[in-house]
Amino acid sequence: MNAFKRDKKEEEDGGGNPFQNMEKTTVLQEARTFNDTPVNPRKCAHILTKILYLINQGEQLGTTEATEAFFAMTKLFQSRDVVLRRLVYLGIKELSSVAEDVIIVTSSLTKDMTGKEDLYRAAAIRALCTITDGGMLAAIERYMKQAIVDKSPAVSSAALVSSLHLTSVSGDVARRWANEAQEALNSDNVMVQYHALGVLYQARKSDKHAVTKLVSKLTRTSLKSPYAACMLIRMACKLLDEDEGAGELYEFVESCLRHKSEMVVYEAAHALVNLGRSGSRELASPISVLQLFCGSPKPALRFAAVRTLNKMAMSHPAAVTACNLDLENLITDSNRSIATLAITTLLKTGAESSVDRLMKQIATFVSEISDEFKVVVVQAIRALCQKFPRKHAVLMNFLSAMLRDEGGLEYKAAIADTIIAVMEGNTEAKEAGLAHLCEFIEDCEHTSLAVRILHLLGQEGPTSKQPSRYIRFIYNRVILESASVRAAAVTALAHFAASCPPLLPNVLVLLSRCQLDSDDEVRDRAAYYCAILQQQNDPTLLPLIQPPLLSIPSLEGALRNYIRSSMDQPFDISQVPPAQTVEEPTQTEILSNIKQQPRLTREESFMEKLSQIPQLATVTRDCPLFKSSAVCELTESETEYNVKCVKHSFANHLILQFDCLNTLTDQLLEDVRVTVEPPEGYTLIGEIPCPRLAYNEPGTTYIVLEYPKDIQASVATIPTTLRFTARDCDPATGIPDAEQGYDDEYMLEDLEVTLADQMRGSAGRGLDFSAAWDAAAARGFSELEETFALGASVTTLEAAVRSLIGFLGLGAAELSDRVPSGTVGHTLLLGGVFRGGKQVLARARLALADEQVTMQLSVRSPDPDVAELITSSVG
Amino acid sequence: MGGLLSYFRNLLGSREMRILILGLDGAGKTTILYRLQVGEVVTTIPTIGFNVEQVTYKNLKFQVWDLGGQTSIRPYWRCYYSNTDAIIYVVDSADRDRIGISKDELLYMLREDELQGAILVVLANKQDMAGCLSVAEVHQALGLDALKNRTFQIFKTSATKGEGLDQAMDWLSNALQSRK
Repeated sequence: MNAFKRDKKEEEDGGGNPFQNMEKTTVLQEARTFNDTPVNPRKCAHILTKILYLINQGEQLGTTEATEAFFAMTKLFQSRDVVLRRLVYLGIKELSSVAEDVIIVTSSLTKDMTGKEDLYRAAAIRALCTITDGGMLAAIERYMKQAIVDKSPAVSSAALVSSLHLTSVSGDVARRWANEAQEALNSDNVMVQYHALGVLYQARKSDKHAVTKLVSKLTRTSLKSPYAACMLIRMACKLLDEDEGAGELYEFVESCLRHKSEMVVYEAAHALVNLGRSGSRELASPISVLQLFCGSPKPALRFAAVRTLNKMAMSHPAAVTACNLDLENLITDSNRSIATLAITTLLKTGAESSVDRLMKQIATFVSEISDEFKVVVVQAIRALCQKFPRKHAVLMNFLSAMLRDEGGLEYKAAIADTIIAVMEGNTEAKEAGLAHLCEFIEDCEHTSLAVRILHLLGQEGPTSKQPSRYIRFIYNRVILESASVRAAAVTALAHFAASCPPLLPNVLVLLSRCQLDSDDEVRDRAAYYCAILQQQNDPTLLPLIQPPLLSIPSLEGALRNYIRSSMDQPFDISQVPPAQTVEEPTQTEILSNIKQQPRLTREESFMEKLSQIPQLATVTRDCPLFKSSAVCELTESETEYNVKCVKHSFANHLILQFDCLNTLTDQLLEDVRVTVEPPEGYTLIGEIPCPRLAYNEPGTTYIVLEYPKDIQASVATIPTTLRFTARDCDPATGIPDAEQGYDDEYMLEDLEVTLADQMRGSAGRGLDFSAAWDAAAARGFSELEETFALGASVTTLEAAVRSLIGFLGLGAAELSDRVPSGTVGHTLLLGGVFRGGKQVLARARLALADEQVTMQLSVRSPDPDVAELITSSVG
Repeated sequence: MGGLLSYFRNLLGSREMRILILGLDGAGKTTILYRLQVGEVVTTIPTIGFNVEQVTYKNLKFQVWDLGGQTSIRPYWRCYYSNTDAIIYVVDSADRDRIGISKDELLYMLREDELQGAILVVLANKQDMAGCLSVAEVHQALGLDALKNRTFQIFKTSATKGEGLDQAMDWLSNALQSRK
């Protein structure tokens, strides 16, 4: 019955892929036919094709399966059918990485590569090199050398390329065969010359001097092969990138602009514009070449030229303007890829007035181009929005139209990103942007994107003019979508309820319906938010709607410690450092599309290091690392010994980590310590010396201090000295002389323990500052307020904001660290946590008059000492 | 039906006989293979893996597999045993030290089920070398006296001089044909 169904389906497909419904086990079973004598070439070729097809479809073969199929396949060497033999070569190449004992075909392949049948030779070389390991290399070396200098270009090329691949097996293959490659370089065949150059380069790659010699020798002779010439240009450019001075090479690349092959001319032009030495004089000639290509009848040349110009428009828009006329002609090019690139280039270089016209033009065919190019268009629009903020309405409309079109996730995500970026950069665009995104999620097939937009709506929607209009869009998701989207929608709804009290009763009704959802996560979230929102008069609970992003490993550690304790105090979440927020990619990163890897935060990685040191366990076991300071240098960079310090703050302890480096070749330091004089109030708990510090090997020593009980005394200056036992040693071997060392010491700079070392900024976007500020008063925080005139070095509001954030170590809330240009007054809202989990809120009102900034600073904190420390240390 | 077809094939003498040439490394297997195929001595290198060639001898077609004799390759011999009509086992008569190993390999191979029906030809090769073992000595050293239920014959040969191979192939052809 099943078979019947499948047959029927195949019929419907109507002459589709004949290999469609294959199964690995069946095909491998069929491969046993290979063992039959005599061999039936047609049948075996068909089966072998099936195996190759399966492997290329990503089917994984087990070692035993592959080995069995491989040995069965070796039987096919008895057949002299050319097609079958060549399929066997392919099979060998595919199976060689999985099957065992593949060297069994070595002799047969060596025979084929040296035999009379030209159809076999090149393919046999390629197959032979895939089964050759380091041990077998010597056995085939003689044949490979012969093949490299063979008369037949196919054989010679195959041998050259295979020797490049063999460098992964044995690094010096290219060098050992360089003589033969040198001979092949003189070949008349374009490919052989190109491949020979590749091998010669590989042989010299690690020796810059040898590469320079090779390149300068070849630039004087003219290479016949355009491929080789292109490669030579790349080699020359790599040298030019590393070393500015080589004028001769630059002249060579420039002379290639007049080469008779278009490929070489393009390569040279492309190389010159990317060289990084971008004076307008240097760019003129390559750009005029590209300009010429724009008018070429060959689409490939036009495409190459316009693509290069498009990239250049990012870095040198002025230089590209020269080609504007030619680019205009390409707008109507029948090749849509060329047209897209031309238009997006013009968008980057053109004036504001031409934007409307160009957008209209591109709208006519945007549906016909591939996603990849649509993304190029979107990126161009994003750049435009930054350049011409006033055009956002046109561009937003265009983007929303694009959102409605068919397209893959990457494309849709690029559009959504752009809309979000435009909204962030331009408050006028926010309402329109949110409306477009709402419309988009009504019919969005990409879960990840829908979740992101719902999150954004939850963040931005409540502060818009009319928050209630978004509720319907969000609740529709709850009714219609998959579980993860529903969960995101529930969270977004809760954000609205928390921020807009008038909406609270209605949202509570919606959320209570969500508690009947079939998915656990959705129900959990709905129940969680309902419980919090129903306690509406308790402002302390509201931040729980948007819990801060905490560093998960630290949270886990803190909870584990808490469980071990007696648990009579409530768990203090403010002890846990926040997760590292992924920074907004900068413009250049958007262009290169580099994905940022999630990393451990500084604190997490330091904590891991510190907790591995047993002597520090008394501190690290009970308490997570609160904050690690930036590295501060305690020596000048050019001195004999180099010491850097990182201050690790814990709730009650301070660990000083001194990273030391000995730059003297003739000295070995032993028992290296940094001694400190604990300032008043501080207690020295312990020190961990570094037993041995050899030349140029970093070593670390630690000091553990307990913070003073009196918080006021915690900001202090600590004098430090490096002490050690020095032993003279042989600079060459590093072995110390037999005689005893002598004690010595070395004065270091004083170490400052600052306020910022003990403070962690934790505001960010999520915090609703005014609510928190008011709640602080209600919760009995003590408040201090003082007015300061900032010093003469601070002459602008931006500088005042920057230095204040740096000095206090607090984080800015509600993007208040961005000072609008041209204003004379600004309010900076700051939030953070002092070590020991004491919350701190601060509001700084800044006023600028005659290049003098005055500041009124209000600080609220549950601990009056902390508040006082802040105000007193500013003064 | 199949039987009838193969009967006709046999009559026309077109069915390819499958022959394995085995023996220790350096015994002269590859030299013998190409002596049989092209009639001359070719320079050989140690065979890593196998060579397979079609050899025609007096209107009979043989598909001859010459498997490498190095210690590392001997374990793979068994992958090529099935459907074998005859085995040519080559012994280096001048290599007195390793004749014992050669015997062990031979007996080990002959125990394989897949080779129970295969005809065995032993070639005491390199008879041109001074101080080599005679045919009788090789016969004894290999313990061929104890061989039961096996059509076999031993010949003295010199692959480089081309001596003895014709006699061996004549005997083998006849034995293969009369077996049918």
